[in-house]
Amino acid sequence: MEGQGTEYAVQMKGISKYFGSFCALDEVNLNVRKGSIHALLGENGAGKSTLMNVLYGLYAPEKGEIVLNGKPTLMKNPRVAIQNGVGMVHQHFMLVENFTIAQNIMLGSETTKKLDILDVATVRKQILELGEKYGLAVDPDQKIQDVSVATQQRVEILKALYRGAEILILDEPTAVLTPQEIEELIATLHHLVADNKTIIIITHKLKEIKQSSEWCTIIRRGKYVDTVKVADTTQEELANMMVGRQVSLHVEKSPATPGEVIFNVNGLKVCDHRGIEKVQDVNLTLRSGEILGVAGIDGNGQTELVDALCGLTRANGGTISIHGKEVQNTSPRNIRDCCISAIPEDRQKDGLVMSFTVAENMVLDNYNSKEFSSRGILNLKKMVSHATQLIEQFDIRPAGSEQTPARSLSGGNQQKVIVAREVYNDPELLIAVQPTRGLDVGAIEFVHKALIEQRDRGKAILLISFELDEILDLSDRISVIYDGRIVGELKPEETDEKEIGLLMAGGGGTA
Amino acid sequence: MTKTLEKVLRKPLTGILISVVIGFLIGTVILLVAGFNPGSAYAAMFRGIFSKPKYISQVIINATPLILTALSVSFAAKTGLFNIGAEGQYIMGTLAAALIGYYVQLPPVIHPIFILLCAMLFGGLWGALAGWLKTKFGIHEVISTIMLNWIALYLNNYILSLPGVKKQGAQASNEILTSARTSILWDWKRSDAGKAWVAEHPVLGDILKTDLHWGILIALVAAVVIWFFLKHTTKGYAMRAVGQNPNASRFAGINVNRNTVQAMFIAGALAALGGAVQIMGTNSFRISVLPSHEGYGWDGLSVSLLAGSNPLGCILSALMFAALKYGSSTMQGDVGAPSEIINIMIGVIVLCIALSSIYPMIADSLKRREEMHA
Repeated sequence: MEGQGTEYAVQMKGISKYFGSFCALDEVNLNVRKGSIHALLGENGAGKSTLMNVLYGLYAPEKGEIVLNGKPTLMKNPRVAIQNGVGMVHQHFMLVENFTIAQNIMLGSETTKKLDILDVATVRKQILELGEKYGLAVDPDQKIQDVSVATQQRVEILKALYRGAEILILDEPTAVLTPQEIEELIATLHHLVADNKTIIIITHKLKEIKQSSEWCTIIRRGKYVDTVKVADTTQEELANMMVGRQVSLHVEKSPATPGEVIFNVNGLKVCDHRGIEKVQDVNLTLRSGEILGVAGIDGNGQTELVDALCGLTRANGGTISIHGKEVQNTSPRNIRDCCISAIPEDRQKDGLVMSFTVAENMVLDNYNSKEFSSRGILNLKKMVSHATQLIEQFDIRPAGSEQTPARSLSGGNQQKVIVAREVYNDPELLIAVQPTRGLDVGAIEFVHKALIEQRDRGKAILLISFELDEILDLSDRISVIYDGRIVGELKPEETDEKEIGLLMAGGGGTA
Repeated sequence: MTKTLEKVLRKPLTGILISVVIGFLIGTVILLVAGFNPGSAYAAMFRGIFSKPKYISQVIINATPLILTALSVSFAAKTGLFNIGAEGQYIMGTLAAALIGYYVQLPPVIHPIFILLCAMLFGGLWGALAGWLKTKFGIHEVISTIMLNWIALYLNNYILSLPGVKKQGAQASNEILTSARTSILWDWKRSDAGKAWVAEHPVLGDILKTDLHWGILIALVAAVVIWFFLKHTTKGYAMRAVGQNPNASRFAGINVNRNTVQAMFIAGALAALGGAVQIMGTNSFRISVLPSHEGYGWDGLSVSLLAGSNPLGCILSALMFAALKYGSSTMQGDVGAPSEIINIMIGVIVLCIALSSIYPMIADSLKRREEMHA
């Protein structure tokens, strides 16, 4: 170790944290140099967020010590952390929707005049000053509900700075942003670092680490792996350290050989419960043996589109047809019977019954088929052997988990259970919504391979994802959705992130 | 050593057993504070349960409706519903039994079966009503079933106020016809030959002195059927899936609304079965004007909790529940200790079971301490 004491803004020494008997962190060390951007890299469930929650005083570690600027500090709660100049921007923003930006920023540390009257004018001025200084322009009088996600994130960062944060923790900050917004964010971070602030970014996106960070600490399954200088390390090396084995970052696939058109969406309109049109006149065509990627930022009608395709919500206009047969506004059962399967966006909410065993979850959609039951009586033995077979085929871990509740599997393995179930039906059309959300590199690789395998077997796949890389890697054709409309149709080999990013942000009209 | 302790602490049965022990300990403390000898008080209680065959028989008779109301609550719990309405559904069962048992004339055997089916239909619809309100208007079943309990109570009293339903000079209905009763050897044990036989056979004769009836068999069969239904049938699977995660079930193509209403129907039918069995089997074979709820449904909630919502567990926990309550009267009679102490004990047991997730947590901390030392 070169350098001691005050060279580091944050030193976490031998941090251990348990949840019940589960060891989330096992003697993890983290040394962050003052005035640098430090990435914290790890798979999902590796303990990145836990480590940062310990630093922010949300969790008390069982063992270990935190040293801030050379001074050992006991982080009893977030208030202590804030007093010591630590700020955190959570993955899910903690903002009051119907408050203005200024109100949100001052919430909890209000500046007051006499008689406890809020001094909004001073706060507004401070916000504008901070914004100018760091390139975080916001209008303090706008309400949170009226501003974009990227602005909300800026508000969160301003909130931390307003409270005097010198050390800023960002939990997966790019998950909700478009490529352009990510670039802006990284520029802002460099502004902050130039002013001698220290930034810790939690992420599992390798490309962004390369773009933004100076140092990178990798943790794997709660254990410290290494701290490396980003400039001297390749993305592949980072990925291998994160997963603990060789992984391929690029999806291998042969050119598609599309067949006839099997799936048609024509002029589809879907309204939400308030009657606002969330999907407006969407047309999609899918051939067998191809992957159509629908790119777009979260909240541009994807959820409503999928719900209508799966029969979970009413289509207010237009048609959905498979093999020429119209299925809009029938039941989810009927749509499944027409050989459409789907991998839902939220695996715990829509994909699995968490208290059910893996074997029970494997037949959630076809428990009353002849294969698993006769005359209303379940064939439990068949269900278990079916699960055993799929567990092996899809490498679901731990092996032998047929009778374990789905709850106790990791996120990646839960996803594999869903993929296995939906692919087993041998659907003509597979709708995959965010199929790799929150998965680690290894599981992503597996899911992507499974999707391409289905395509090569002549199935049509509708891929809906907010991850642009995923769309570009997998799709044979790309449609971009913005504000409920398809605003562009592209070929992946003829386009790039910039063009798609612009369309995703609604900038297609000028192009 | 710690390993086995850890394993034991993780078993669901452990929580129940520890809760029972804590219940008895607290009962002991209260007895001591109240100035009674806990030893002799408990001895009197157990005497009141086990010392005579007829006591045991009476405990079983008392447990019968509890098994069924607890099954109702447990079934609902397994399908993700909180059925507070067993009380009202029970009343619907008693109503069906009292009315059809008196006004409809059918041959023996057929008559009770017809009553059971009708009671299940009455109670089932009463339960399904709450299910329908939930699926149609989003009214939580806890709210609707509590209100339906009172509606059932006043419906009972209203029907008894109709001309011809209430027996002259009584606050109760007419007794159901003998063809509708499920008593065992009711007439024979009152005949001369029967009396002589009872006198000669101390054990069986003693048992016959109670209102012995076929209800316990119905309850046992119901428990086994419900256990099988939940574990082995496609319908049971679908209902459990809908109960545990309606979103995923819908996504997988299961009809959530239909299954919710059907599950509440079955829950209601089970509680009503308890009511019907009680009217057909026990003296006085009629329904009375109810000033308040009799509590079979409410007790069913406790019994179900005690059983961890396991259908087969309901049998044992209902027996224990009924035994404690029945034994408490002997305790009061022989030692003078108020029987309410047993109610406190039952309350403590139920409370401890509600807290029983603490035992696996103790196991966790044991394991961790061991690992730290290792």
